[in-house]
Amino acid sequence: MSRNAKINTLLIVLVAALAVLPLVLGLGDHKEEPFAGADAQAETAITEIEPDYEPWFSPLYEPPSGEVESALFALQAALGAGVLAYYFGLRRGRRQGVERERERALDGHAGPTAEPSGDVPGAASGLTADGESRTGAGQA
Amino acid sequence: MHIAEGFLPPAHAIAWGVASAPFVVHGVRSLTREVKEHPESTLLLGASGAFTFVLSALKIPSVTGSCSHPTGTGLGAILFRPPVMAVLGTITLLFQALLLAHGGLTTLGANVFSMAIAGPWAGYAVYRLLKRYDVPLMAAVFCGAFVADLSTYCVTSVQLALAFPDPGSGFLGALGKFGGIFAVTQIPLAVSEGLLTVLVMRLLVQSSRGELTRLGVLLQRARPATAPGATPATDRAPGPTMDTTTAKTEAKIKATDQDTGDARTETEARAR
Repeated sequence: MSRNAKINTLLIVLVAALAVLPLVLGLGDHKEEPFAGADAQAETAITEIEPDYEPWFSPLYEPPSGEVESALFALQAALGAGVLAYYFGLRRGRRQGVERERERALDGHAGPTAEPSGDVPGAASGLTADGESRTGAGQA
Repeated sequence: MHIAEGFLPPAHAIAWGVASAPFVVHGVRSLTREVKEHPESTLLLGASGAFTFVLSALKIPSVTGSCSHPTGTGLGAILFRPPVMAVLGTITLLFQALLLAHGGLTTLGANVFSMAIAGPWAGYAVYRLLKRYDVPLMAAVFCGAFVADLSTYCVTSVQLALAFPDPGSGFLGALGKFGGIFAVTQIPLAVSEGLLTVLVMRLLVQSSRGELTRLGVLLQRARPATAPGATPATDRAPGPTMDTTTAKTEAKIKATDQDTGDARTETEARAR
């Protein structure tokens, strides 16, 4: 593994550890409902401070069950992850394409003295891809 | 975790909406300008929005025994400046308010203010400050993302404390209460977000060097002739001083070079 990949893996492991440790250490055990959402706790706190506060508006659409809700959250994460993966995949592909192009260009320039005189056109292009040498031979 | 639907009194809900609106309008303008002037950055803009989408969908357990989620707004703020995040953050919040009953339409203004405006600006300010004092890029990125995340939830706590001051201890008492719920829970998550933002930034440095340079995140590359070892992003073969032929191919490559820092070091080695 390259040093780069090692650092990236370490970062991912650290994030995973930060998420898992509270569960492993049982940090939610003292709560009635361990690891509930902070927003639900805030709602409780509001009703503690102002017992007669009534929410004056309710969501237009509410997922009918926890399962549907988690599905929609997963959808949100999947959409985001998909776009991110597309971005990095596209970049990688483009970079490889440019790299290959350069290799070809550098190979072509390897014998610049022979190329302009045009003595053996097949020989110059023979250094590059197979397809090119074939077309070169066909024209000659 | 955002303020739930209907949980801000109407006056507060409207006030936060009014406070957020100009930022979002300004954000839409800078976003369209960015896309018009640099169509090539559309993809990276999409990726920044996607990062926010992923991170704010992940509810992660925290040390307080409750769950919350990161915001993912630091990355976009560092790359494209905060106004753009006002838009991308609002889109994420709208998605969650409409489909997930998470956050809400009446509390959208307040949530936009904390997550899409205050967080990105605070994170961006810290990032710029650290960069001015020559702190290494990745350290500045970590701190920027950390602050963007944590400050979002500090603002949420302030918003709730303003709306629901404690009858006994007043605003400060309520701030302590809501801060304990939101801000303390958020600390390890903000660390996670900082680490993930560094990860994405590292991948961007590898894959989108040209774009990052244009956005001012990376400095213009130093001239290879003067400092051959300083330029490559990777640790691969810095190489001895260049001869004239490599310098020539170098110049040719530079003309076509977009964002392929790695490829370049390889071709350099090949030419040698």
